[in-house]
Amino acid sequence: MKFGIVVFPGSNCDRDVQTAARAVGYDADFIWHTDTSIDGYDCLVLPGGFSYGDYLRTAAIARFSPVMESVARYAASGRTVIGICNGFQVLLESGLLPGAMLRNTSCKFVCRPQRIRVESTRTPFTRKFRMGQVITLPIAHGDGNYYADDATLAQMEMDGQVVFRYCDESGEPTPESNPNGSLNNIAGICNKAGNVLGMMPHPERAAERILGGAEGRSLFDSVAQWVQGGGRIA
Amino acid sequence: MEYVADIVVTLKKSILDPQGDAVRSALKSMGYHGVQDVRIGKRIEVRLEAADEAGCTKTVDEICAKLLANTVVEAYDFSIREAPRG
Repeated sequence: MKFGIVVFPGSNCDRDVQTAARAVGYDADFIWHTDTSIDGYDCLVLPGGFSYGDYLRTAAIARFSPVMESVARYAASGRTVIGICNGFQVLLESGLLPGAMLRNTSCKFVCRPQRIRVESTRTPFTRKFRMGQVITLPIAHGDGNYYADDATLAQMEMDGQVVFRYCDESGEPTPESNPNGSLNNIAGICNKAGNVLGMMPHPERAAERILGGAEGRSLFDSVAQWVQGGGRIA
Repeated sequence: MEYVADIVVTLKKSILDPQGDAVRSALKSMGYHGVQDVRIGKRIEVRLEAADEAGCTKTVDEICAKLLANTVVEAYDFSIREAPRG
């Protein structure tokens, strides 16, 4: 099981993802943004950070990196792609996921542990979680206010594309537990086929107990189990 | 011909603008009670070569839609003029 981590200039969670994947027991290597050959990986990860300095708009420039055409082909082939934080924004900008990110409604950068509820266990990324399970993962972003137009949002909800929702300790997605103003408390979504995941919280920063939590490990384990079972969506 | 495009990118009217809201309430607290609404955007100036004005318009529209604005949440508008010589 080998994760391929796409590194843009300004990515800063790339090594965290590698360390986390290795801590959970898997191999992980880096793919530079100018590379176009991405063979040999079982799952791609677009990590967090500030790709291209967030110039113009978060992820606006990263989306045109040479590697992104290969990422799109990889996703189209039914293999798994995960975008975390800035990586989620890249997936939105490139159209691999629907919607867009806006500035947090508080206008503040939020950096703290955050409860989220697992909304789907049918994706390759969440098979090892329980439906409705409440987990705590760190969040750290200034532009995590998820937006999609009404029709898109309704369709996504109907098709079960909302994978994680910000919630309170009892698992309720309340306005108070929403850290950024995201519509429907959305913290993570997948594409219709289910093989591309975008999430604002950082599972890689919660993969070792010594770092304050290990609830992110199940995400890496889920993908590995999926890959070992064939690992492709038709 | 060399042209200059003045491009303005703003959030769509239907999208909340928390930065604009913060500036509006600052202006109100400064005593500008007539201020009703503030929307924040970006102005981008692009200097480019094009065969004629129509070609320039086409190119600028394309780069706005592809890169300068995210049309899921942003709207853009632009004007073009001949670049000053020298």
